Amino acid sequence: MNWFPLWNSVRIALCSCVIVFFAGIFAAHQVAKLPPAVKGALDVLLTLPLVLPPTVCGYFLLRVFGVNRPLGAFLQSMGVRVVMTWYGGVLAAALVSFPLMYRTARGAFEAFDVTLSRSAQTLGLSNAFIFWRIQMPACRQGILAGTVLAFARALGEYGATSMLIGYIPGRTATISTTVYQLWRTGNEADAFRWVLVNLTISVTVLLAVNLLERRHKREP
Amino acid sequence: MSLDVQIEKELDGFHLSARFTVQDGISGLLGASGSGKSMTLKCIAGFETPDEGRIVLNGRTLFDARQRVNLPPQRRRVGYLFQNYALFPNMTVQGNILCGLRRVPDPRERSRRLRETLRLFRLEDIASRMPHEISGGQAQRVALARILANRPEALLLDEPFSALDAHLRLNLQMELRDRLRDYGGPVLMVTHSRDEAYRMCEALAVADRGTLNGIRDTGALFADPGSRTAARITGCKNIARAWKLGEHEINVPEWNVRFRTERTVRDGLKGVAFRAHDLSPKEARNAFPVRYAGEMEEPFEWILLYRYAGQDGAPLWWRMAKEARPAQFPDHLGIAPAKLMLLYQ
Repeated sequence: MNWFPLWNSVRIALCSCVIVFFAGIFAAHQVAKLPPAVKGALDVLLTLPLVLPPTVCGYFLLRVFGVNRPLGAFLQSMGVRVVMTWYGGVLAAALVSFPLMYRTARGAFEAFDVTLSRSAQTLGLSNAFIFWRIQMPACRQGILAGTVLAFARALGEYGATSMLIGYIPGRTATISTTVYQLWRTGNEADAFRWVLVNLTISVTVLLAVNLLERRHKREP
Repeated sequence: MSLDVQIEKELDGFHLSARFTVQDGISGLLGASGSGKSMTLKCIAGFETPDEGRIVLNGRTLFDARQRVNLPPQRRRVGYLFQNYALFPNMTVQGNILCGLRRVPDPRERSRRLRETLRLFRLEDIASRMPHEISGGQAQRVALARILANRPEALLLDEPFSALDAHLRLNLQMELRDRLRDYGGPVLMVTHSRDEAYRMCEALAVADRGTLNGIRDTGALFADPGSRTAARITGCKNIARAWKLGEHEINVPEWNVRFRTERTVRDGLKGVAFRAHDLSPKEARNAFPVRYAGEMEEPFEWILLYRYAGQDGAPLWWRMAKEARPAQFPDHLGIAPAKLMLLYQ
């Protein structure tokens, strides 16, 4: 069995998870501070990829990054190609999993006790210190949950990925596109093997999260 | 050293207007919830921005709408003790206090001041505990230690005892009062409890629907509240409209009675009040016929409700120690002229 799809899926999921971790927290932190009217509009926009079919997200990505489009052509001239490459997969996975991180982190920030940051301000602590050393640890449950959800979603991403980077064995094939390809070509046994691989990763990740949460509960 | 507050702010439903100057020592803002006292505190700390006016601490302008000065909370050097104490839950007691010492650049000086603070606040034994592992009283002490280690120029306390069990409150009030006396700078405390205000504060401002106008010596405020709101907020139960009849005589139509007063009555009298403790069946002056209307027993006192004979208005309150309760409800009660409080607002 060729293990490339596993390696490719994991690197795409990890890279997109890192991007989404920072982007989601940044967006959540900014949006939580906004007045309600602006918040509502921005919230719709940032959550949209969660409810849109992934193929629609893929369509938009192609519209922006396709080699015949301005941005795509510009990137191509700089030697960066998004379509049909594994980092295009990172982009697709990040777009689709972003709302999961954003929404869970925003929920955590909104539940954050504002008196903690206010008392820190009166003690003269810098905003950076307050964010990284007080607010983030206090919100770690929500942020951890969001990160794991985003990782799991990125790992399982199919629709946008297959539209943007297709299926090239040894180059862009991920677990999910491989399962489809093997099934489509009648190789049910191999498809089943990849299903088992995917199940193992997902169950392991979710079990790890449960264990972490239980430990936090024992010593909050 | 003083804190001067002259601010206006438009809020949902009411207009906040706070004008007072606080000197060193403990002063209080006394008022019902939603009267604007907490909002005033937030404006001083810099969490909220007033629309108009200025806030000056020891000659340093913290806020001035006209000069467009609005220091962030970090640069105001104003300590703020929250109702829930706001200890950082992911840090030990010691870590929390170190947050108050981060402005001390020299690490040796910082650890010296940490040890000094832990000793002064008797926190050595719990220094390595987490906030959820200590009691409410200890949490208050840690929060205060963290603030005072930071050496603020003024201190704001927002309902500091409301999160504590009643039986702990008195001890902690005494402890906090003594610690704050040592602190030396201006302390401004928000409370809705008249007893707490009386015990802790040397001077008080009364908050009434967004208006906090001037600060008065606590004893003087309780002896002569001067306004209907101040009378009610200092716990006066018997308040009625009244008008001037002479230099020392007033008419109270609600109770259908005329009273002699010891204080000289000024023009523009709006009301009269007296405390439930000050009534006496033995007082012959200002005596009037009454009839029994109800009673309530308290741990160490009786409250008897009565009405002026022939009247149907709200009952009046008479409060006395248990052993002083008369066997029979008297048919006359009197109030000494010196005990009548004249209200001009």
